[in-house]
Amino acid sequence: MSEPVGAAVGGPNGDPVGPNGRSALKLVPKAEGKQTAKEFKSDQEVRWCPGCGDYAILAAMQTFLPELGVRRENICFVSGIGCSSRFPYYLNTFGMHSIHGRAPAIATGLSVSRPDLSVWVVTGDGDALSIGGNHLIHALRRNVNIKILLFNNRIYGLTKGQYSPTSELGKITKSTPIGSADWPFNPISLALGAEASFVARTIDSDRKHLTSVLRAAAHHPGSAFVEIYQNCNIFNDGAFEILKDSSQRDEALIRLEHGQPVVFGADGEKCVVKEPRGFGLQVVDTADVDPSEIIVHDETVRRPSYAFSLSRLPNDDLTNTPIGVLRAVERPAYDDIVREQVAAARSAAAEPEQELGKLLHGGDTWTIL
Amino acid sequence: MTKQTRQLDRVVIRFAGDSGDGMQLTGDRFTSETAQLGNDLSTLPNFPAEIRAPAGTLPGVSSFQVHFADTDILTPGDAPDVLVAMNPAALKSNLTDLPGGAEIIVNTDEFTKRALAKVGYAASPLEDGSLEGYQLREVALTSMTVRALEEFSLSRKEAERAKNMFALGLVSWMYHRPIEGTVTFLQRKFAARPELADANVAALKAGWNYGETTEDFAVQYEVKPAKLPPGTYRNITGNVALAYGLVAAGVRSGLPVFLGAYPITPASDILHELSKHKRFGVTTFQAEDEIAAAGAALGASYGGAIGVTTSSGPGVALKSETVSLAVALELPLVVVDVQRAGPSTGMPTKTEQADLAMALHGRHGEAPVAIIAPRSPSDCFYAALEACRIAVTYRTPVMLLSDGYLANGSEPWLLPEISDLSDLSVEFAAEPNGPDGQFLPYQRDPETLARPWAVPGTAGLEHRIGGLEKADGTGDISYDPANHDAMVRIRAARIEAIEVPPLEVEDPEGDARVLVLGWGSTYGPIGAACRQLRQRGVKIAQAHLRHLAPLPANTEEVLRRYDKVVIPEMNLGQLSAVLRARFLVDAIGYNKVRGLPFTSAELESVMEEVVKNV
Ligand SMILES: Cc1ncc(C[n+]2csc(CCOP(=O)(O)OP(=O)(O)O)c2C)c(N)n1
Ligand code: SF4
Ligand SMILES: [Mg+2]
Repeated sequence: MSEPVGAAVGGPNGDPVGPNGRSALKLVPKAEGKQTAKEFKSDQEVRWCPGCGDYAILAAMQTFLPELGVRRENICFVSGIGCSSRFPYYLNTFGMHSIHGRAPAIATGLSVSRPDLSVWVVTGDGDALSIGGNHLIHALRRNVNIKILLFNNRIYGLTKGQYSPTSELGKITKSTPIGSADWPFNPISLALGAEASFVARTIDSDRKHLTSVLRAAAHHPGSAFVEIYQNCNIFNDGAFEILKDSSQRDEALIRLEHGQPVVFGADGEKCVVKEPRGFGLQVVDTADVDPSEIIVHDETVRRPSYAFSLSRLPNDDLTNTPIGVLRAVERPAYDDIVREQVAAARSAAAEPEQELGKLLHGGDTWTIL
Repeated sequence: MTKQTRQLDRVVIRFAGDSGDGMQLTGDRFTSETAQLGNDLSTLPNFPAEIRAPAGTLPGVSSFQVHFADTDILTPGDAPDVLVAMNPAALKSNLTDLPGGAEIIVNTDEFTKRALAKVGYAASPLEDGSLEGYQLREVALTSMTVRALEEFSLSRKEAERAKNMFALGLVSWMYHRPIEGTVTFLQRKFAARPELADANVAALKAGWNYGETTEDFAVQYEVKPAKLPPGTYRNITGNVALAYGLVAAGVRSGLPVFLGAYPITPASDILHELSKHKRFGVTTFQAEDEIAAAGAALGASYGGAIGVTTSSGPGVALKSETVSLAVALELPLVVVDVQRAGPSTGMPTKTEQADLAMALHGRHGEAPVAIIAPRSPSDCFYAALEACRIAVTYRTPVMLLSDGYLANGSEPWLLPEISDLSDLSVEFAAEPNGPDGQFLPYQRDPETLARPWAVPGTAGLEHRIGGLEKADGTGDISYDPANHDAMVRIRAARIEAIEVPPLEVEDPEGDARVLVLGWGSTYGPIGAACRQLRQRGVKIAQAHLRHLAPLPANTEEVLRRYDKVVIPEMNLGQLSAVLRARFLVDAIGYNKVRGLPFTSAELESVMEEVVKNV
């Protein structure tokens, strides 16, 4: 086994960071007593199409939230527009169903002014990557303490089936009858390009994996970006079938685990090693390489290029798709810095009315008797 | 040599030079000196659009106009009585504004062949007789400054840069202005480089002494202090006053203020100013764009802060969808539009009031908001406070329409007692309000029609809100036709329910038959024109709208009282159109969209014409 790639790319900017005890939830009041999934269900009738992957994500969230152990009223979900963005209506927490693409911006204002909240953003591939692409990358670069869940169904669901910024080239949809001409975004690569401090991928149908990723995201101090592959059985059914079907998925999925060698396949017959040319990673047959060459996954590698290389492994048919936490590093969070600046200034200030008097009377004044 | 002193009741001086000549600073200092003397005053800076236009060119000219008087005044003055021109470009670009007989002080050192050619002068205007109708004062400002600073170990360039202080010293002497304040100011400004402080002070004093000794300046002028209400004053620009008003709103409500903004002329200074006042619990967020700026402000409001977003026309247009969301969510949001000349990029440094229609109607659906417009630089303070009061009391977006003229112009401000400022305290919802112990997020206060401000973190009030239409009371998603119709009407009624003071009319003798009605920054020139008319015995009534939505309850009654109503606006008649449509009043518009404020003289003749014809 080789050293984790992280250790290999050391140096001033490349040092892996150890956990320093910061948590996203340090200022969020804890719940008294045990909470149940039922308490987190709202009284609204769920209106997704039967069989939609969104149901599974909702159910996973409703069972996960009690485990988080923070007060229900201190959890807030902000969403944009799309099928996925209906999510907040079905959770008995605080919630805002906002406007198309803008949830990260709204959540930024909320999170900065309310450190006592656990703020989540629910968005879709169109919402986050098309109309809201700008807000997404800026929230991630700032490292605002919000947890962004991108339900990627590779289609516009709510508007009834146009192609999206994650649809594959040549996709036939209502708006592209002879095939789409645009190259898709890889959301994970995009998030890493913005230097997101936490980047993960999971799948709607794998409750256990989904929950473990939600757990890691919830506690991550700073922005967490989670791409959830979600099936839209009406407009893009089976888009991720290769990653779900029991006869194919072991061959296709790379399950990342921190500190473990990146080996996959039903019998571990495939693995990830460094590419002979360039700086990337590649998939090879385990039998063909010396075990010391196999990459050991390290989500704490500071430089995003390692996680980026992982994000580039999938083929167009989704074979070699990594799931799990690709990156989890700590760096200063925007909201913490802003609040610290305000708090420091306040601690040095007089009582507000008096301070206001001083402000108005500042500069050159004169008195008329 | 004994000099003559002549009394004047008012003077308008314009300092003009290259953007590198420090004219804004010179004007600011002269203004401070004037304020200290107790004159009433009003200022108008005029910046070039380019940051660093080539030196000596027409686009590079920067100017600062100050009007001061022994009575209270309302405008920076229509035309300068005195122009200080630091170079040929400054002379050429400002000459058209000068009335015959005006005094021109020129820096002859800069009137070189090259400098003249740069702005298209074939012959020097100082020599070709073209300035005959003016009182020309030729002063070798640059060379005298350099000579005065010989003893300092400065490069020639550095010494030349102090020429604005020489000019300030001279003009201060001419108008009997004290210079001690400027001396202190320079010492503070150049604290890190004492030799520069000393050199600038020396240049300032040299300018003063030059006035005192030269035979070219035989007369000194005096403008007696104005009889203003007693109290402590400071000079303030609209943007700073607006920022202070937002700070005051935070203090008087006990709520944190959250500003989301993206830089844009002429609104950026509000962001700059507020970013200095974190000690009041003010958070400033420079967003990635105006949409995010508005969104973050709304998110902060949702969390219990006063969410504010500041911009100018192009940016406010981008915020439109978010403002509509705030209308549907019924949450506080203050949107400041420091208007500038449009459409599109237009003339960013020039003023206009053509965003009223956007403020009123620039959203999808029936999405009414409250609108308020300050009338003068210092009024921006009270307008900001009032905008916040309406937003937090009535849980609604409020548009505040300032403009470039107010933003950068300044006037003396009689400082208020903090305890006299409106009390903005509000209560957040604390417990369920429904009959069965459930929480009804859209159950309203019967008087204000406002719904509860139920901030996250309050146990028992967990609820979901959003842009989808809601059933009144429960806030559940509703597609019911009757509910939608009712909600549309409730949202309109909510704005109409906002209490605003009645429209006041100024008509000293009470028998005028013509009313002039304005809104926003036209207050100064309209008011000055009315005074001039009344002095000549022409009867005219003046009213000025501060609240444009809702309109004061007595608006129609006031309009009907007069035979004719004149509405001057720096747009093509946006307020006129509203009043005509709403009250069927045959208002007469006077509309100029030149990027400049009205002059009181032009308004005077427009109004006189109407009065003559009733
Ligand atoms: C400003 C604006 N433009 C367009 C729309 C229409 N619209 C609603 S949802 C949507 C796309 C949603 O796709 P996605 O984010 O992938 O969500 P999904 O429905 O697939 O979950 C569009 C274009 C809108 N609501 N607002
Ligand atoms: S259209 Fe697709 S994404 Fe939307 S609810 Fe139906 S199945 Fe789900
Ligand atoms: Mg989608």
